[in-house]
Amino acid sequence: MNDLSPLDMSLAAPLVPNEGVANLSRRRFLGGAAGALVLAVSLPAARVRAQAEGAGALAPKPGTRVPAFLEISPDGRVRMFSAFVEGGQGINTAMAQIVGEELDVNPARFEVECAPPSPDHALVNGLRMTGGSFSTRSSYDAMRRLGATARDMMIRTAAGRLKVQDSELTTEDGKVVHAASGRSIGYGELAAEALLLQPKQDVPLRDPASFRYIRKPVARLDVRDKSTGRAVYAIDQKVDGMLYAAVTHAPVFGTEPQALDNEPAVKAMPGVHSVHRLPGAVAVAADSWWRARKAVEALKVRWSEPLRDRLSAVSASFSSQEMLAALKAETAAGLPSETEGDADAAFATAAKVIEADYDAPYLAHAQLEPPSSLARFNADGTLDLWVPNQMPELFQAVAAKTAGLLPEQVKIHSPMLGGFFGRHFMYGPSNPFPQAILLAKATGKPVKVLWSREEEFLNDAVRPLSFSRFRAGLGPDGTPTAISVRTVGEGPIARWFGAIFKNPVDSSAVEGIVEKPYAIPNRKMEFLKVPHPVNIAFWRSVGHSMNDFFYESFLDEIAQAGDKDPYELRLALLKEKPRHLTLLKAVADLSGGWKRGPYDAEGGKRARGVAMASPFGSETATIAEVSIADGEAKVHRLWIAIDPGSIVNPAIVKAQVESAAALGLSSALFEQVVYKDGRRQAKNYDAYKILSREHMPEVHVAIVESGAPMGGIGEPGLPGVPPAVTNALAALTGQRIRSLPIANAKLSGA
Amino acid sequence: MYEINVNGETRKADVDPGTPLLWVLRDTLGMTGTKYGCGIAQCGACTVMVDGTALRSCQFPIERVGGARITTIEAIEQDEVGRKVVEAWVEAQVPQCGYCQSGQVMAATALLKETPKPTDQDIADAMTNLCRCGTYNHIAAAVRQAAA
Repeated sequence: MNDLSPLDMSLAAPLVPNEGVANLSRRRFLGGAAGALVLAVSLPAARVRAQAEGAGALAPKPGTRVPAFLEISPDGRVRMFSAFVEGGQGINTAMAQIVGEELDVNPARFEVECAPPSPDHALVNGLRMTGGSFSTRSSYDAMRRLGATARDMMIRTAAGRLKVQDSELTTEDGKVVHAASGRSIGYGELAAEALLLQPKQDVPLRDPASFRYIRKPVARLDVRDKSTGRAVYAIDQKVDGMLYAAVTHAPVFGTEPQALDNEPAVKAMPGVHSVHRLPGAVAVAADSWWRARKAVEALKVRWSEPLRDRLSAVSASFSSQEMLAALKAETAAGLPSETEGDADAAFATAAKVIEADYDAPYLAHAQLEPPSSLARFNADGTLDLWVPNQMPELFQAVAAKTAGLLPEQVKIHSPMLGGFFGRHFMYGPSNPFPQAILLAKATGKPVKVLWSREEEFLNDAVRPLSFSRFRAGLGPDGTPTAISVRTVGEGPIARWFGAIFKNPVDSSAVEGIVEKPYAIPNRKMEFLKVPHPVNIAFWRSVGHSMNDFFYESFLDEIAQAGDKDPYELRLALLKEKPRHLTLLKAVADLSGGWKRGPYDAEGGKRARGVAMASPFGSETATIAEVSIADGEAKVHRLWIAIDPGSIVNPAIVKAQVESAAALGLSSALFEQVVYKDGRRQAKNYDAYKILSREHMPEVHVAIVESGAPMGGIGEPGLPGVPPAVTNALAALTGQRIRSLPIANAKLSGA
Repeated sequence: MYEINVNGETRKADVDPGTPLLWVLRDTLGMTGTKYGCGIAQCGACTVMVDGTALRSCQFPIERVGGARITTIEAIEQDEVGRKVVEAWVEAQVPQCGYCQSGQVMAATALLKETPKPTDQDIADAMTNLCRCGTYNHIAAAVRQAAA
């Protein structure tokens, strides 16, 4: 999700399946051998056409219609309908800062919520989504202009009331002021009239030198509610007459419930309303979730036999080990993902050639809020759906198909997310909302479906297991002259957005391996698509989450083979890249000057590793300090320099970089979704270990604003961490980790 | 029918024996500030105070509550220590997604009630709730600040 080139929505096929989700088995939803999953844009094609035809039907340019974004109440509070969903990344606060800066209202008086579906909010290159670290960078200009336009509307309205010229008026934190007469009118009094005005096209923007909110560490709008239990998530929704539903999914992905041996007994359990078969699952609706869960777990279900074919579906013997072996064993030629110079010739004349295979496992999102959805059919035939999501229009369209309604009959509520990290895109059978719709339809009552933590670990869509084979040629002086990388596997963009991103080289599979800044003159990168039989997902930093680990680790191997210090080698290879050079030196300075070690420290020897990454339009440089204690890697400190070009909130940037670093470290040290005999092994946090406070290092973040086009923030802090840690371990022990997580390796003590 | 003391009030709950306190709070009493995370007392999102001690309510069946005083996040600001913890949480800008923070605030309040001046080791021992956003350093800073 690094690059979204501008989209022509009118040409895009629908992102929704061609038939109702209700009728689809999981295997068919995933497309199977036919590759039939049709995904496209968030708006149904018919509506896009309607907007394209005739001036009357023409939608306004996204981000320009002020009332679609702002409501100002008589007391001067601003209610903002954001294009994005808040899930911890601080986007609500950033939106308030950007709009508040130009509107001239203190962001603290904003209340920001995720807007309902509307073409006004398609701010990410014609799409609406919260992901790809796109939110701020895609909307910054539009939201500044929106705030400035709204301010101008306030001024014009006030000019009419005060009977003065616009030019005599100014604004001051939510008031229009006529300095000459000392009179002022609050925005709250003006708003009803002002927001109906025709907006001006060319309203000037504030001089950045006079910013009061942008680039300041403005306090987050949601911290008090989140510190006192008042924040409301999807799981907390409740409506009158609601039933609670619990589900059990097929133990082997793609199989279906065939018989329920004890259905009458389960129906007779206390509080049980009804028992249901769903695509790939069974469900119980009851008067409390606890009772529903007890009942569904008591059901004796006979499931269909898994397919026997090897890797086109999850078979009864499928394992992640087998999948990795298949990726490694694949011999077909790939498609070129990056070609520069003549790598074959450079390898033929190289003084030294090194090779290494790298792999990384399937990963779960493991966000703390288990997924849930609440569906309510209303008397007027409409459907209300409370659903954690990162794409409201797409969820609306798929929900409509599932319910047999038109999209405009489905009211999507997008509550705050209890963590997402990529979890709440459209993932077919890994989303609970179709179940909520089907159960609400079947029972005639509102139904809230909640997946237990176990069901979530077993049915979350996973970061793809990944494999790349690296080869480098070195000249007589130890400088790399050629690099080739063969990546085999599948990325989530082709799986879920294939209808609109048709490049056969899936950027989400190769990002982090291509477009590197290093001056290695001959490059030959290729990608061979081998689909996973399991449901795959976007996971914080997507392809970068493993590929930067692969590449930056191998770069340290190149340094070692050429007898060079890995930091010095990077400096040399970035000689012509001032932005990267500055950043690399910045992280070295932040850490007190580059020193690789090993060196003596409290508790034993430590060493440091360095890594860089170019994720989501930003640049990062990371240094990790490690030791080994009781055979386990211990990360003491992380130093991360990030250059996102320019920023909105330095405190949130630092918090996001630290958060992403924690997730990166968690993945490097512990995380893996393991399949054995067609089944996932870990069902809860006891077996799927994530970073706890015991393993949290000190994190020091430096922001470098180079002035380059604004990059992303939510994800870029992650990719540099795993390779910085493994490079540090190599410096400490000589042992090269080429397969994650580190916990799988037997570390040779310091 | 069970009668339990929640935030100083007697509340009735007509639930099956074995129902975890977590679900009584959330679904029967409508107090959704206490969160479900794992159901096996691993993550701590469901932490409440029982007679002033932090306890993971997902593994605490209703029949064992008896006359114990349950304090939930909804009443945290009525507690002097709890109020200080909340202020420290806001000051340190701890939460990101926020989902685990009810439990974190409860765990911190229980720690400071028992140990008003905790050492770093005390904090590490008591603050074991999981946070997927990785706010651990901010949490520790906020606990130290609330204790100051």
